[in-house]
Amino acid sequence: MTDTVSQNNTMLSRTITYRDAINEALKEEMRRDPSVFLLGEDIGERGGSYKVTAGLLQEFGPKRVIDTPIAEASFTGIGMGAAISGMRPVVEVPFVDFTMLVMDQLVNQVAKYHFITGGTRKVPLVLRTQGGVGSGLACQHSQSLEAFFYHIPGLKIAVPSTPYDAKGLLKTAIRCDDPVIFLEHKLLYTAEGAVPEQEYLIGFGKGGIKRPGKDVTVIAWLNMIPRVLSAAEKCAREGIDIEVIDPRTLVPLDKALILDSVRKTRHVIIVQEAIRRGGVASDIASIIQEEAFDCLDAPVRIVAAANSPIPFNEALEHTIIPQEDDITEAVYQIIHKS
Amino acid sequence: MYSKEFLTHIYTQLYTIRTFEMQCIHLYRQGMIRGYFHPYTGEEAIAVGVCAGLGDNDYITSTHRGHGHCIARGADLNRMTAELLGKKTGYCKGLGGSMHIADFSSGNLGANGIVGGGIPIGIGAALGISLRGEQGVAVVFTSDGATNNGIFGESLNLAAIWNLPVLIVVENNHYAVSTPIEQSTRVPDIYKRGPAYGIDSFSVDGNDVLKVYEHAQDAIARCRSGRGPVLMEAKTFRFGGHHVNDPGHYMPKDRMAYYKSKDPVLVGRRYLMEKGGATEDEIQLLETSITRKMDDAILFAEESPELTHEELMNIVERY
Repeated sequence: MTDTVSQNNTMLSRTITYRDAINEALKEEMRRDPSVFLLGEDIGERGGSYKVTAGLLQEFGPKRVIDTPIAEASFTGIGMGAAISGMRPVVEVPFVDFTMLVMDQLVNQVAKYHFITGGTRKVPLVLRTQGGVGSGLACQHSQSLEAFFYHIPGLKIAVPSTPYDAKGLLKTAIRCDDPVIFLEHKLLYTAEGAVPEQEYLIGFGKGGIKRPGKDVTVIAWLNMIPRVLSAAEKCAREGIDIEVIDPRTLVPLDKALILDSVRKTRHVIIVQEAIRRGGVASDIASIIQEEAFDCLDAPVRIVAAANSPIPFNEALEHTIIPQEDDITEAVYQIIHKS
Repeated sequence: MYSKEFLTHIYTQLYTIRTFEMQCIHLYRQGMIRGYFHPYTGEEAIAVGVCAGLGDNDYITSTHRGHGHCIARGADLNRMTAELLGKKTGYCKGLGGSMHIADFSSGNLGANGIVGGGIPIGIGAALGISLRGEQGVAVVFTSDGATNNGIFGESLNLAAIWNLPVLIVVENNHYAVSTPIEQSTRVPDIYKRGPAYGIDSFSVDGNDVLKVYEHAQDAIARCRSGRGPVLMEAKTFRFGGHHVNDPGHYMPKDRMAYYKSKDPVLVGRRYLMEKGGATEDEIQLLETSITRKMDDAILFAEESPELTHEELMNIVERY
């Protein structure tokens, strides 16, 4: 069943939002498996900060949609305890910034348990959270912290950029026996896209080609995908054919898809919303230079946020993170320089 | 009224934990065990008294001073010793060592290298029990040191608002590494924190195995009948420093002498003679057989293979 239903199979698709796609994934998995339950702040009656869990309390009741006090570290740890003793919790932390309060439980407990038990016990826990720059939420509600999780062996990371990916990846995450950090983007919740009526799963470690092209490979995820796609349209009008690669999961990373594309286009740009220093893009760049250096016609370029907290001021917020023009400019430079 | 059989079981566990710790301290000093080793000597009555009230389907989470809990839950000495020696036959295949022993087969969800780290995990096991409508109970072993960590307060609150079947056992040995409890809190009676969260709480003499057992039994019964959580503070004292390399010079000699006069292993031995009617000869026979088992465990561990790099890579491949 994995990924058998094509996103392009419009016969079976309707258009829904990213938010509704996640809601459907939760609902379907909760109906399918009674050990799945939700734990998080304001997720019941209110449906969470972004209304992703709306309606689930009504269908599944307060034992499976559990509102928590503001106690991120302990409710995540409680999720872990439930996970290792037979349940499948989906823990929601409303903003990725707040997961900093949970780091002991994620890094020292959740990510280590399989290892501590000599590879015999699993932690089927999903931590859903949301990040990225939004509309003036300022520096403690706007971070892109995937690199924190990426650095920790034992955590899988999903980064869906479309409603189709969000639903298929979340269903896989919930069925996965390993802990998954499921990163959503606050600006994508209202994004619409085709999602099949029938069930499908997207396997981890299988990236998607969001736009095929032959001149430059641009790798991006989450909310950088729509931005890269519109930059690609602009480049197309000027005769540059961009291939847009979305890894969909950062761990595991679809190296084969990335390297195949690099070998085809010989030019690579990696676009991340997170700050430049110590980011996932740097690691992907290092993988490419290590494994496909001979294929490159130009150095790998990274387009990323400045090494700065996110300003509240709107104009400054825009200057900090990659915009469409930053992406097209990088494309022109890489083509020109080679 | 305790049967001789029960008291023999209790004393067997007390003596086994003491023997295990003393022998492993010896192995540590010989360089056979590396890393940190935090002995449970002087605190044995808590693990033994509490775990005697648990059944097969109950869970525990443990601390960085976790060997006693592991043994009291029925762990195999061979596999424990092998783990401390970093061998493949150990509970964590030699990947975890002293601070990380977990034995799922006995419901021991694990020791923890992070003080307070296991508190929400044990409570999570209790949440699972509650959501599934089972009769089980979870015991969270933690320490006075952990109670000043935010996770303690957060977790107690969650256990309370969800009425979870969890017994939180605070092993108050009066020290967080070298910091005495009087220096880290104005309320050294930890059990007094429970009522602020709406949790029934009490203090017990942590060196008296039967007192611990009786109170724990009652608390566990309350949890099973849906009247949990319960907080139990067991007052005790380490018989040495924080770990093997810490001589514990900061511990007052008179206080140490007082607690050594209440050595939980000797208390258990006395109970077995006085209440169980065991003779000195019978007890010596028991002790000899435990010593022999420990000798066998050391031999087993020494002769066990280590995990290979390739085997390690197979485990972490999915990471």
